[in-house]
Amino acid sequence: MNTNTWDSTQPIVSLKDVHKSFGDLEVLKGITFDVMKGEVICIIGPSGSGKSTLIRCINALNDIQSGSIKFQGQEVHDPELDKLELRKKVGMVFQQYNLFPHKTALENVMMAPIKVLNQNPEEVEKTARALIRKVRLVGKEDSYPGELSGGQQQRVAIARSLAMSPHIMLFDEITAALDPETVKEVLVTIKELAAEGMTCILVTHEMGFAKELADHIYFTDNGVIVEHGPPNEFFNEAKDPRTKEFLSQIL
Amino acid sequence: MKSFNYKTSATIQARDILKFSLNKQTALVLILLLTVWLGIDEVYAQVQGDPNQTILETLIKWTPLMFFGPPNEFGGFVLNITVSFIAMAMGTFMGLWVGIGQVSPNNIIRRSSWLITQLFRNSPWLVLLFYFMLLLPYTVEIAGTRYDISGWTKATFALSLPIMANLAEIVRGAINSIPTGQWESAQSLGFSRRQILWQIILPQCIKRMIPPWMNWYCILTMATPLISILGVNDGMTLTQHALAAEARSEFLIPMYLWLMTWFFIYSYPIALYTQRFERRFTITN
Repeated sequence: MNTNTWDSTQPIVSLKDVHKSFGDLEVLKGITFDVMKGEVICIIGPSGSGKSTLIRCINALNDIQSGSIKFQGQEVHDPELDKLELRKKVGMVFQQYNLFPHKTALENVMMAPIKVLNQNPEEVEKTARALIRKVRLVGKEDSYPGELSGGQQQRVAIARSLAMSPHIMLFDEITAALDPETVKEVLVTIKELAAEGMTCILVTHEMGFAKELADHIYFTDNGVIVEHGPPNEFFNEAKDPRTKEFLSQIL
Repeated sequence: MKSFNYKTSATIQARDILKFSLNKQTALVLILLLTVWLGIDEVYAQVQGDPNQTILETLIKWTPLMFFGPPNEFGGFVLNITVSFIAMAMGTFMGLWVGIGQVSPNNIIRRSSWLITQLFRNSPWLVLLFYFMLLLPYTVEIAGTRYDISGWTKATFALSLPIMANLAEIVRGAINSIPTGQWESAQSLGFSRRQILWQIILPQCIKRMIPPWMNWYCILTMATPLISILGVNDGMTLTQHALAAEARSEFLIPMYLWLMTWFFIYSYPIALYTQRFERRFTITN
């Protein structure tokens, strides 16, 4: 592993010609892109275009058939890879929150640093309380997930991921299950994260959010990247007819 | 505010009705038992040829034996309960592992766990009892000392196997009932498979496993008289002995009914609690 010569001037995540199939169904047909440290990337596109599969490959929740995914210069698509090590550095938040229902909000945030990183429980608790404050859930520390609203649960899930001090965060349609008012409170949290320089890859349907926050937008359809560019260019000067059609339906 | 008050009072009413019906149910069963007992007493008061001993006196005479077994020996109804305890503990322990084995990513472990489960789930308990009675040795030698393996020890082991298999199915079902999102989010936090299973998945399973687990305990307890066929001095065997000693066929029904009553008094509260747990589980979910 000492042969790894990655430094922060190189892409933190780098995908090259990634192919992924579920049985006979090929969902990713050669995806290539780079993400620099501190960038916010939005992946948009119609449902079933392979967006979620794509970001789940980055932390090896899904394996790929061919191509290369490098995280900090290290190949993810490698049977020898220590997936647990990788996942300590890559945070992920899901559409369905997936909080542990038998643990309180605070315990949810504290669990991974204690059990996975073997950190001192007292220090973890301090960090966890700070994170709960950061996602504006002070007073909800001892609530169980079942007692929290969708937006609150999702913010606990974000805090839970952040507790691992990840180098990058993956967000898989995290606002898709929320009602419009609560979407805002979750997006505010992400906006703050981005402002702090966290590298974020988001799969999202929130176009306004993507426009405002993304450094780069990728539009996928049918397992390929159809078009990409900075938000201004992407939303105003889309060239591909598929992008145009999608944008006309959404905006 | 008004509607809220109305709602709470409605809940309280519903709970009271539930409690009442539960009590009514219990009362009905007790009345039924009492009727049967009184009826029998009535009948035997008429047919009794030998006035030396009434049915009640006979029952009282034999009760210590039927309940506690012969003096200085382990047996009777107490043995039935002991067997049910130990077999349940063993079955739970083994069933947990076999159930976990059924969801193992290792092919060999998964398939052999499946095979064990199917084998013992689909064998008659009595056949298993006979089988292990004959298969297991009467004595074992460990480090030069000989240990006798008593009949009831073998029987307990034999009974624990179908319990193991059925509980394994419950464990497997409970693990599979936890949404895959729980696994994925734990994986993405860097938890290992073993950590996820023991710290995240299984703790969530316990609540939904308790009612079927209690149910199987009742079934097991009811099945313990099977061991009497193998010559173990359990409550059933001793009741038979008592009947043989009395040699009065009219005592047949009341004696067995007496034994049955003990089993009933022991199991019925467990069955009630199982129902209550189940209801609470469905409400909170």
